[in-house]
Amino acid sequence: MQVKTANETITAQPLAVPARWARRLRDASKSFTVTFIIVVLLAAFLSPLLRITTNSFKTADQVAELGTPLYPAKPRTLTYNGVEYDIYKVPLADGIHELALYKKGRATSEFLDPANPSAPPLVWEGAWRSLDRAWEFAPTLSNYQKVWELLDYPRLMFNTIALAILSTIGVLFSNTLVAYGFARFRIPGKQFLFTIVIATIFLPEAVTLIPTYTFYVKLGWVGTWLPLLVPTFFANAYDIFLLRQFFLTIPREMDEAAMMDGAGPFQILRSVILPQAWPAIIAVGIFHFVYAWNDYFGPLIYLSTHPELQPIAVGLARFNSIYGNKPELTQAGTIMTLIVPVIIFIFTQKFFMQGVVITGVEK
Amino acid sequence: MNSFTELFSIFRLRGNARREALTGLAFISIWIVGFVIFTVTPMIATLGFSFSNINLAQEQPLKFVGLQNYQAMVSDSQLQNALGVTLKYALLALPIGLALPLGVAMLLNNKYLRAKGFFRVMFYMPYVIPFVAGIFAWGSLLNPEQGWINQGLEALGVQNPPGWLNDPTWVYPSLVILGLWGIGSAVIINLAGLQGIPTELYDAAKVDGAGWWATLWNVTLPMMSPVIFYSLVLGIVGVFQYFLVPLVLTQGTGRPGGATMFFNLYLYKTFFTFQNMSYGAAQAWVLFLVILAFTVFLFWSSKYWVHYAGENR
Repeated sequence: MQVKTANETITAQPLAVPARWARRLRDASKSFTVTFIIVVLLAAFLSPLLRITTNSFKTADQVAELGTPLYPAKPRTLTYNGVEYDIYKVPLADGIHELALYKKGRATSEFLDPANPSAPPLVWEGAWRSLDRAWEFAPTLSNYQKVWELLDYPRLMFNTIALAILSTIGVLFSNTLVAYGFARFRIPGKQFLFTIVIATIFLPEAVTLIPTYTFYVKLGWVGTWLPLLVPTFFANAYDIFLLRQFFLTIPREMDEAAMMDGAGPFQILRSVILPQAWPAIIAVGIFHFVYAWNDYFGPLIYLSTHPELQPIAVGLARFNSIYGNKPELTQAGTIMTLIVPVIIFIFTQKFFMQGVVITGVEK
Repeated sequence: MNSFTELFSIFRLRGNARREALTGLAFISIWIVGFVIFTVTPMIATLGFSFSNINLAQEQPLKFVGLQNYQAMVSDSQLQNALGVTLKYALLALPIGLALPLGVAMLLNNKYLRAKGFFRVMFYMPYVIPFVAGIFAWGSLLNPEQGWINQGLEALGVQNPPGWLNDPTWVYPSLVILGLWGIGSAVIINLAGLQGIPTELYDAAKVDGAGWWATLWNVTLPMMSPVIFYSLVLGIVGVFQYFLVPLVLTQGTGRPGGATMFFNLYLYKTFFTFQNMSYGAAQAWVLFLVILAFTVFLFWSSKYWVHYAGENR
């Protein structure tokens, strides 16, 4: 994937030493500029993650209040002789000091030094209300605990994982067989069939939705997982395409050798194709797993009256419509929804990248 | 040849060739069965529904009503508003959806960039985050009072920062922002496309004294035209069906003031909320025909502007 640069090929003859240094310096500064731009862009791109992560560890009070620190924090206090005093940032002649407000006054107030509270109070001239509070880092896990129960998180997780695993089995089973059929057999009109497969990518779901939904109602499948699982056992265009492209790269001679040894089509699939195509098969599996994890519309329409069967994406949307005015809770819920796909991605990103490139570029 | 009738020549095959074709067809039949059950039959049924007065409850006797459902659309001002909303959003989201991933990919492909692999993975990563979670994450940033975007704008001295999702005009850029985490896949595809451009072309451009713009216009964009074409087709197919984000965001109310009542959302409500099956079916077919028309037009036009390497034009 490395791209040779134009400079490397053209300027091959040795340069004078100062010129070489000058070029190196120029390259380093260009490197710095480009990398800096990308870092800024990436920071902006990922900033919502930072925002919701920090908010999810904050107390409701801190989220609601303006001018509080970006990190989860609580106001610092000093407990002296059994009484709690709030700590403020007080500007004194030698800089800002964090002092505990001991006696409030309109024009002057008395402060204690937390390091030495027994010392006589310090008198400060000015309105204490104009002072900023002093904060200390204090993340709370209480939002996560609340959301865990309010969202019925263990059940949503169970549903999501079960749906994702079952539909991934369907996807792997059906698409492998269909892609094998397209990649390895001479069938008159195969090209026509394959064109139809690809054309279904452009088909809006709405044009099949109404009769399909009605059909499931009549079958009594609405309110069950069946409408979400059964179709996955009949293959889909993206995965057929990805697997077929990969199967085509496996040399045909290997099939033929196996065939000479008397292997049937299933045996060839098992002993020749699958052992070589596993990166593509894993890619399809992970793609679908994450897709199922994120799926919203199907579970919404088929499970809307059965919250106990819903996966997490639907649960989160429902939770947000109820607790929309409690951002610390909804944002903890958001983190709890996205954490699993992100972790899966971090461990399997190589397969993801390969899969995206196969489906996207070779068309 | 690429034709339907060719399928029937299977019956003329004999011996091994026939066995191979039938075995292959048996594997493919898994998809064929699914295609007939889940695509062809429902499509035809949708078309049939659209000419009838069918309903889930069916209080009136089922009958053929001709083009009545299609005529209803002509005088349905809400539907026309929904079409306008979809077009407005498309005019904003499509160019951004094409240019932004290409721009990020060009930066990621810059030869001076360090830690390329890391950045590539990080720009893709949010793609795996459920869009429902993405909506709430970006929505938190767009909050008019507490959000970082408006706080940043105020810090820069902007007097009246936009109300974003609460404002009938700013809601469209807001929706684009809510979908930003979806660009990861397009970035990777664009990046792979850029890496496939032969370096000789850039060398030649340099020798000819081409500047950055001239190189972009005469080398990068023509060589990237297959990727742009692919993104454009999928973008148009996607943008006409866009409705899940507004559905989650406003529970399908179209807030603010109908500005997020997209065509597909209106269709969804016609069926699921108002239980009007036949009218929904007619809308679905119109949607299908509009998308088909755009797709056919793009494929037809592609011979004039999409450049496939190794092909003579």
